[in-house]
Amino acid sequence: MNEMTKLTAKDFATDQEVRWCPGCGDYAVLKAVQRTLPEIGVRPENTVFVSGIGCSSRFPYYMETYGFHTIHGRAPTFATGIKLANPDLSVWIITGDGDALSIGGNHTMHVLRRNLDTQILLFNNEIYGLTKGQYSPTSRVGTRSPSTPFGSVDRPASPCAFALGSGARFIARGIDVHKNLPDVLKAAHAHKGAAFVEIYQNCIVYNDDVFAPFTAKENAGNQLWLKAGEPMLFQGGTRGIALDRAALALKVVDVVDGDWQSAGVLVHDPRNRSVAHMLVEMPFGAFPTALGVIYEDPAPTFESAVVEQNAAAAKGKTPDLQALVSKGQSWEVTKEPHVI
Amino acid sequence: MATATHLLTPEEANANPVAEAVVVRFAGDSGDGMQLTGGQFTLSTALAGNDLATFPDFPAEIRAPQGTTFGVSAFQINFGSTAIETAGDAPDVLVAMNPAALKVNVADLKPGGLIIADEGEFGVRNLAKAGYEANPLEDGSLAKWQLIKFNISQLTLDAVKPFGLGNKEALRCKNMWTLGLALWMFDRERAPIEQWLRTKFAKAPELAEANIAALNAGHAYGETAELGAQIPQQHIDPAPAEPGLYRTVNGAEAISMGLVAGAQLAGLKMFFGGYPITPASAILHHLSRLKEFGVTTFQAEDEIAAIGSAIGASYAGSLGVTSSSGPGIALKAEAMGLAIMTELPLVIVNSQRGGPSTGLPTKTEQSDLYQAVYGRNGDAPMPVIAARSPADAFDCAIEACRIAVQYMTPVMLLTDGYIANAAEPWKVPDMAGYAPFEVAFFEDAPTEGEGFNPYSRDDRLARPWIRPGTWGLTHRIGGIEKNKDTGHIEYAPANHQAMTDIRHQKVLGVADSIPEQDVTLGEAGGKLVVVGWGSTFGPIHQAVRRARARGLDVSHVHLRHIWPLPRNLGALLRGYERIIVPEMNNGQLKTVLRDQYLVDARPVNKVSGQPFKIAEIEAAIQEALQ
Repeated sequence: MNEMTKLTAKDFATDQEVRWCPGCGDYAVLKAVQRTLPEIGVRPENTVFVSGIGCSSRFPYYMETYGFHTIHGRAPTFATGIKLANPDLSVWIITGDGDALSIGGNHTMHVLRRNLDTQILLFNNEIYGLTKGQYSPTSRVGTRSPSTPFGSVDRPASPCAFALGSGARFIARGIDVHKNLPDVLKAAHAHKGAAFVEIYQNCIVYNDDVFAPFTAKENAGNQLWLKAGEPMLFQGGTRGIALDRAALALKVVDVVDGDWQSAGVLVHDPRNRSVAHMLVEMPFGAFPTALGVIYEDPAPTFESAVVEQNAAAAKGKTPDLQALVSKGQSWEVTKEPHVI
Repeated sequence: MATATHLLTPEEANANPVAEAVVVRFAGDSGDGMQLTGGQFTLSTALAGNDLATFPDFPAEIRAPQGTTFGVSAFQINFGSTAIETAGDAPDVLVAMNPAALKVNVADLKPGGLIIADEGEFGVRNLAKAGYEANPLEDGSLAKWQLIKFNISQLTLDAVKPFGLGNKEALRCKNMWTLGLALWMFDRERAPIEQWLRTKFAKAPELAEANIAALNAGHAYGETAELGAQIPQQHIDPAPAEPGLYRTVNGAEAISMGLVAGAQLAGLKMFFGGYPITPASAILHHLSRLKEFGVTTFQAEDEIAAIGSAIGASYAGSLGVTSSSGPGIALKAEAMGLAIMTELPLVIVNSQRGGPSTGLPTKTEQSDLYQAVYGRNGDAPMPVIAARSPADAFDCAIEACRIAVQYMTPVMLLTDGYIANAAEPWKVPDMAGYAPFEVAFFEDAPTEGEGFNPYSRDDRLARPWIRPGTWGLTHRIGGIEKNKDTGHIEYAPANHQAMTDIRHQKVLGVADSIPEQDVTLGEAGGKLVVVGWGSTFGPIHQAVRRARARGLDVSHVHLRHIWPLPRNLGALLRGYERIIVPEMNNGQLKTVLRDQYLVDARPVNKVSGQPFKIAEIEAAIQEALQ
């Protein structure tokens, strides 16, 4: 391999044995990422995977790129320093529901509002895997776990709603084993700014099939794959999402003979922040799960603003250390020291 | 302080240890501008060629209720024609702008010292707020001091009348009136202050002129009023100093410049991640104005993000720096462990304050030594160095950068609230005299099929610094233990033992690159040694000097390197019969010395939020020699 070779997924895989549980959704995400990177044409040496702590955070060890496995919840802070020190690097943050929304909620909020140009892949399995199965901030009420033997009582956070509320300019959802995941990853990479991707990831040991109501093959009709400029249809095009104008809320409508227009089905506009809010908060059951690029409206990135301001502030000034230390009101002592 | 010290032989110093030195304390309400007054008086004192040391002492509240004792803000300056190393034990002159300021400060004044009070503020209300039942200016309770009182408030209002300011704005000029009087008392030039006022109020020239009028009026009052009989005008000769260019510097400025210099000497861009905290914020403020030196500053969302971003920047090839005070340093501890584990360079500045917890945010202490040396999970060794004065902080910052990049390790630089805020004259260093320590990043990609080890070692046991973006050297680092030969995750018992030993040896090896410990004052051996570190340098040095002048067998050893300690320190300490260790904590360096050398180091502790007085150390010396 040299600097010009055309790369394949294999070139992005390390020789390290992958140590997730057999059947873990993480394998599928790893494969999707390894397949996506050569397709988008990034170089391994210009790519950095930064992670926190948790099952998903082992990810960097399996990517033949630069990688930094940091501390619990803090991956965005390291990514911020990396990106500010070298904005040319492509920086990916790998995190989980506990890492990003519990211990690291603060950093997730700030990396999003600052709009650091990075891809944030949040592997949501609604459970703490690495610490053996405690409920997480995305676990549903009533989740029985070693720490909640009688069921959890606190209400879960919604990752995408949190991200939108934090000011994210790119929100997407994918499913670990779904064929569309590489497309979602490509869109996230193409977006300049913080790209937030929630990946529904099955924890086969502690929370198996928690997403099956929409991820299982027979339930695929409950997936609403959003595409810019296309109607919001699901259940094989027989149902759609429309706006209940009186309630200012979304509603599910039947689509007869493919005539979505007369059913009032909405056309997806990723720049519509209000609709994005409604899409990420649709209660599952009555509604399908919104997937794909839900919201995208680029804005200037944090690191570009910092670089620009640094350059403007330094303009016309020479980095003269001697002048720096001599600054301020000074005085000259000329005579030799006298003896007291 | 300290700039002229090395020019005085002990005999010279002993001949007249405190000749021609005056201690003045300005005290008033937080809103009275005492810190500004003190700062400008410091500048005029420096320009007059005196050696000096200052001690700004202010409340944590930004604007405490007016007239209350807890809202009193004070600024003390010690200046003289000889080496000055402390802000002075007890003031000779106390300027009290209101009853609360008098109440809080008068007990410190030397017997026979001079009180200058603004009697315009000694009305019933203010007296009550300060807890005075009777007016101390009238009831004779201040008899053991000299008292000069006049209505500074009214005199200021009269002086600024032509400028048509509102009453509140006019009264704000009081501090300049007071400064004018002080300038007269000590025979100082007004021109630099006038120049400063015109710059400061460039956008409001009428305020500049009003303040200048107040300054001149205070000065004229001293000249013309019948004060002369009561306070003879004093002229303090310039202090002996090495010829050269001087300026005043406080610790925060010196550290900021030292960090910039360190990054430049290493040939690196600097990344500073910080989060606002007293008294460390000033470093963030200073550095954010130095972009032309390749400095990026980042005000992070919290202390952890501040250090995380700095480590990230170091990983990417900049010199990462973060700074905080005790509570913030506590939050950074886990990330420090990661920097130790991943062996990345990093400088962590800890401007210590009173603790534990929030403690005394604006007061000084040196109680974070345990935290610096020991305060992380796991066996997590980290070099620690401590600055002794504002000027010394410049060189310490450079030294911290050097150790960080040469040994691929985080380094903690300890300073404290006193050093951060205090000012002293500083002989402007010749930057050409500093040897560069340019960093060479590792960029040699292995040939096909050949691996490379990101944890290979050089002579110093440092691993290579490889920047992401370097072709052919992709690798992964992290907080999990790594195989010493491959850099991959490794849980094997023997490997963890080996890596723990390597990390330990690497940091101990820093001692090979630092000077042997010298005796700061006195002899290598004898009856008693006073061992100090950090900002207690001044009082210890003066106390030892005075004791030696009285013929006592005592020496001063001052440590810059707290961890690892200088190679010869154990042998040096064993050469004394007794060892005392004055510290503004409950005995932390003492513990380290006992642990490392099995010597009977005795603690001398003061944990009041105030620096040691010379007399307190002198008393400890006396007691130790009995």
